[in-house]
Amino acid sequence: MGHIVLEKVKKKFGDVTVIPPLDLEVEDGEFVVFVGPSGCGKSTLLRLIAGLEDVSSGVIRINGQDATSVPPAKRGLAMVFQSYALYPHMTVRKNISFPLRMAKMDKAEQERRVEQAAAVLNLTDYLDRRPGQLSGGQRQRVAIGRAIVREPAAFLFDEPLSNLDAALRVGMRLEISGLHKRLETTMIYVTHDQVEAMTMADKIVVLHDGKIEQVGSPLELYRAPCNLFVAGFIGSPKMNFIDGEKAEEFNAHTIGIRSEHLVPSPTEGLWKGQVGLSEHLGSDTFLHVHMEKHAEPITVRSGGEVDIHHGDTIYLTPDKGHIYRFDDHGLRVD
Amino acid sequence: MATLDSRTISRMMMAPAVFLLLVWMLVPLTMTFYFSFKKFLPLRGGDLGWVGFENYIRFVTSSSFWPSVQATLAIVGGVLLITVFFAILLALLLDQPMWGQGIVRILVIAPFFVMPTVSALVWKNMFMDPVNGLFAHLWKFFGLAPFEWLSQASLLSVTMIVSWQWLPFATLILLTAIQSLDREQLEAAEIDGASTLARFYHIILPHLGQAITIVILIQTIFLLSIFAEIFVTTQGSFGTKTLTYLIFQRVLESQNVGLGSAGGVYAIILANIVAIFLMRIVGKNLDK
Repeated sequence: MGHIVLEKVKKKFGDVTVIPPLDLEVEDGEFVVFVGPSGCGKSTLLRLIAGLEDVSSGVIRINGQDATSVPPAKRGLAMVFQSYALYPHMTVRKNISFPLRMAKMDKAEQERRVEQAAAVLNLTDYLDRRPGQLSGGQRQRVAIGRAIVREPAAFLFDEPLSNLDAALRVGMRLEISGLHKRLETTMIYVTHDQVEAMTMADKIVVLHDGKIEQVGSPLELYRAPCNLFVAGFIGSPKMNFIDGEKAEEFNAHTIGIRSEHLVPSPTEGLWKGQVGLSEHLGSDTFLHVHMEKHAEPITVRSGGEVDIHHGDTIYLTPDKGHIYRFDDHGLRVD
Repeated sequence: MATLDSRTISRMMMAPAVFLLLVWMLVPLTMTFYFSFKKFLPLRGGDLGWVGFENYIRFVTSSSFWPSVQATLAIVGGVLLITVFFAILLALLLDQPMWGQGIVRILVIAPFFVMPTVSALVWKNMFMDPVNGLFAHLWKFFGLAPFEWLSQASLLSVTMIVSWQWLPFATLILLTAIQSLDREQLEAAEIDGASTLARFYHIILPHLGQAITIVILIQTIFLLSIFAEIFVTTQGSFGTKTLTYLIFQRVLESQNVGLGSAGGVYAIILANIVAIFLMRIVGKNLDK
C-alpha cells in the first residue's frame, strides 16, 4: 500500500516561495517521475513527502492518514539519495540491516531480509566489504538494498543515477524498472533527465518553478503536451518552435514540430533552408537546418546514411498531423 | 637530467635547515645522556666525574619518583577525558545554526590564546582563591565554607585549569570534523528510523573517530610536559608533582644536573611507553 496525496501543499524558505500550493495524487503501485530543470523544486517536493522538510501549509496523506507532521521514520517511506548516503564505517551487511536494527527487529529475520535483498541486487559477494571498496553502481545497489529491506509503503529516489556513467545509468535504469515490476510498490523518482522519465515512468509530473505544468503518461505528454514548456522539455531532440509568418499560416502564434515529423528532401518541400551542422548517430542523423528569418536552427531527423552535406540547400515538409499550435500565452490549441 | 639536477639542488638547499633541526634536537639529547652518567653539582664542586648508572638508580629509588609518574598520568588522563567529552558536546552545540555563530566560535577558541602561566594565575587568584576567588564567593553565597581548591583538591584543580586551556583546541578540531559530515547520511539515518541518540552513536561518533584520535595524540604529547600551570599554582606540592616538575626540582632546586638528566631520560621512556599504548588503542582509527 502506498497511496500518497498532496493537498494544497506549499513550501516557503524565508520569504521565497519554492512551491506554490500544489495538489497531486500518487496511486498505489505507481511509478511516478518528477521531472523538470534544476531549481524547479522537484527535490524539495520529494523531501516534503519524505518528511525531511516541513510543509509551510497544506496536507500530505499517506494511505489515507494525515502524515503532515509525522516524523520521517514513521511515514513508512524509504529514500535513495543522490550521494547514496551510505554509512562509510559499516560493512554492506550493516548498511543494509541498519533500518532493521533501528527497528529492533529479530536477528534471524534481519539476516533473512538482508540475504534476500542481497540476492535480488547481486550483492551477496560484497556483504562484508565497506562502501569505500565498491564501485559506483554497487554503492547504488547497496543504497537500494537498504531501502528494500524495510518493505516500505513507497520508495523515494532523489536523482539516484546522476553520479553514474552513461553505460551504467542505462543498466541501472532497467534494474530499477525491473525492481518496480517485481515489488509492485509505489515509487517516486526525481530526475532532470527526460530520457529517464520517459523510459521508466507510469506517470510523469513535469515541474517548472515549483508548479505542476502537466501530469500524464510518457506518451500522453509526448503526443499532447499542454504548453510550450512541456512540449520543449519532453522528447529528444527538443521540439522545434517556429513563430512569425510561417506560424500564422497555421493560425497560431507559435507552432511546434518534432524533428522526427519533418521530411527532408533535396528537391521540393514547404520550407527552404540550408544544412548547417549534422550529428551522425549511426542509426539516425540529426540535421541542423538554418532557415531565413530564424535565428534558431531547425533540427531534422533523417536516415543514418543520408547523402546531405554542410551548406546544401534542403526543403522541409512537416507532417500535417503532428504540428502543435500554441497561442500567445504558450498554451496549446487544438 | 633536469629532474636529477633539480633534485640534487633541492637537497642541497634543504640541507642547512635539516642540519639545524638535527643539531637542535641532537645536541640537547646527547648532553642529557652525557650528564646523566656524571656527578655534576654546579654550586658544589661542578663536574665530579663519571658515576655510571648511579643517577638512574637514585632517581628511581627516590620516594617521589612513582608518585610523580602517577600524578603525570592522572593529569594527562583526566585532561584527555574532560576535554574530549566536553569538546564533543561543544562541537555538536556549535554546529547548530544560531545567531552570532562567528563571534561565539571565536570566543570558544579564546582560552587557547592565553599563555599557560597567565591562565593558571588567573584561575589561582580570581577563581580558586579561598578569600577573594569567585568560587569562594559562590560558596559563601550558599552559606558554605569556601573550598580551598589548590590544597584540598590540588590534582583536580590543576586538571581543571589545564582542561580549560585545551578544550578549545579539541573543540575546534572536532567541530571541523562534524562539519565535514555528509548531511545526507544523517537524513538517511533519520528516515531509517534512527533516533537522535542513535544517529549520534551510529553516524556522528564513528565519523569523529579519526579526529578524536588526532586530538588525543597531540594533546598527550603536550600534556606530558606541562609545567607552568604547576609552577605558578602549587609548586609541586599536594601531590601535583609531575615527572617534569620533579626533574626541574632536581636540576634547579637541588642543583643536581646529573640526577635531573637521568630523570629526563626516564621522561623520554615514559613518553614512548604512553605513545605506544596510545597508538595501539587509538592508532588503528588512523588507518581508515
